Amino acid sequence: MTILKQEIKSQKMAILIWSLSIGLLIGMCVLMYPEMESQMGSVNEMFSKMGSFTSAFGMDRLNFGTLVGFYAVEGGNMLGIGGAFFAAIIGISALMKEEHDHTAEFLFAHPVSRVRVITEKLLSIFANIVILNIIVLLLSIGSILLIGEEIFWKELLLFHLAYLLMQFQIAGICFGVSAFLVRGGLGIGIGIAGLMYFLNIVANISDSARFLKYITAFGYTETADIINNGKLEIRYLIPGMAMMVIGIICAYGKYTKKDLR
Amino acid sequence: MEKALAIDTRDLTKSYGRSRGICNLDLQVEAGDFFGFIGPNGAGKSTTIRTLLGLIRPTSGSASVLGYDIVSGKEKILLHTGYLPSEIHFYPHMKVRDAIRYSADLRKADCGKRAEELCRRLDLDPGRKVDDLSLGNRKKVGIICAVQHHPDMLILDEPTSGLDPLMQKEFFTILQEENQRGATIFFSSHILSEVQAYCRSAAFIKDGKILLADKVGNLEQTGTRKVCVIGEVEREKLAALPGVTFTDSAGAAADAGTNAAGTTATGTEANTYGAASSDTHDGSAGGCTSALSFLYNGDIQRLLSALAQEKIKDITITEPSLEEIFMHYYEN
Repeated sequence: MTILKQEIKSQKMAILIWSLSIGLLIGMCVLMYPEMESQMGSVNEMFSKMGSFTSAFGMDRLNFGTLVGFYAVEGGNMLGIGGAFFAAIIGISALMKEEHDHTAEFLFAHPVSRVRVITEKLLSIFANIVILNIIVLLLSIGSILLIGEEIFWKELLLFHLAYLLMQFQIAGICFGVSAFLVRGGLGIGIGIAGLMYFLNIVANISDSARFLKYITAFGYTETADIINNGKLEIRYLIPGMAMMVIGIICAYGKYTKKDLR
Repeated sequence: MEKALAIDTRDLTKSYGRSRGICNLDLQVEAGDFFGFIGPNGAGKSTTIRTLLGLIRPTSGSASVLGYDIVSGKEKILLHTGYLPSEIHFYPHMKVRDAIRYSADLRKADCGKRAEELCRRLDLDPGRKVDDLSLGNRKKVGIICAVQHHPDMLILDEPTSGLDPLMQKEFFTILQEENQRGATIFFSSHILSEVQAYCRSAAFIKDGKILLADKVGNLEQTGTRKVCVIGEVEREKLAALPGVTFTDSAGAAADAGTNAAGTTATGTEANTYGAASSDTHDGSAGGCTSALSFLYNGDIQRLLSALAQEKIKDITITEPSLEEIFMHYYEN
């Protein structure tokens, strides 16, 4: 587990900054909720008249006047975008950076198999994502307690579980892409995350584009569905997890045979 | 009885599409040897080393290091080997001691005391950040990572670049100690004087192929002699002798059809070479002060007969340096 420890150690500042940024932004929104609660009637009315924009973010099926509905939209967007970009960046850079930073010759001059390196790097990605999500969840819970509201445990944990799995999926896909790259991966990683986010918005707006829900990692993070159904959308989750597994298999397949620069 | 081979390659080939890598490379290095791998930039030295260590996969052929196949026994090779790349990089924000400890941890080895001793000998501050180190100091960290676990085999790719002369000396002392302990040393270089000074065997590589491999002593005593002549000599007569290769620039210029040295005493096309001539220059590593020098690999009696007909003032016949042999092979 030497490589795993080194990977987590080298990423600790990045994890801390990302976790605090996302967690504190969600926390700030939650802290603003009591002030906004009284105005929520008019806000709900306003959002309901925004047509496609309303459905794009699932606000047509959420009650913005309740904390759970408010959290689902605000927290969902922040953890969705922030978490996806974080997962994409650490996923795409994990293998690529060894060649890009010319450390591959140092690492692979030691008696470590490629399979071991890939496995420990993959575990470090998952561990980093879990650490980020725990910090964000704790900050969210803290902020809800701070405004004296009751915690909606089931919905809250399901939201965060969905976003955790979404980050695993994006990281897994980017990890697979990473094995093929030597440089220029960061843009590709952010592009994958951004594309998936917007595919979900398109799928929400248009019924004819609904099939995109099976492709984007955000299909099963739809907070309106989670609140209304009380569970994750398995039909979107299964293809998402399959894409993650394919990404990981590609990483092993390519990187174990790759000529390292 | 034949000694075991630490490196044994058979028809080892690595090609990168159109560009050249190594081609049908046959190289044998005995266990316990101190081996210099000589070649100009782009000859295939690093490709050979990187293939032996499993960083790149061979296109065809086979090779073993310490008796282990380079594909199936890669981790075993790396367990018993220390490697110093030509340009070493470490993870950002690491301190020197972190990089050295990380290397030891990856080997599951406890090398704390040895690492401390090596840091002291190489005058390296373990508390410095690797990002702030010069090339030479980064190289020192790489050397420590490569030797701290007392490997059976040390593979070093142009190890002395960036090291100052004092550190080069200390570095070779460390290598000699490792070699006396029983480790095989294999290092690539294009600095021939260090190969000549420290290696027992050497191989020349050019365009991905081994040109020559032998004991350094044998390479120096190939029967080829370096001949320096001062006097009036008809260059064409010498050139007609089989086994003559001119190594001086005047000769090379004359080869190109230019009369470099002026009029001759005989009025023929021969050139005049002498210590007083304005064209005189130092001979290279052989220490000859004559303008006309050449390598001769033929019947010495025939050469003396040819020279007896010329007005020569002085002649020296010496063994050529490794550098001159090197230049002879690469220029041809």
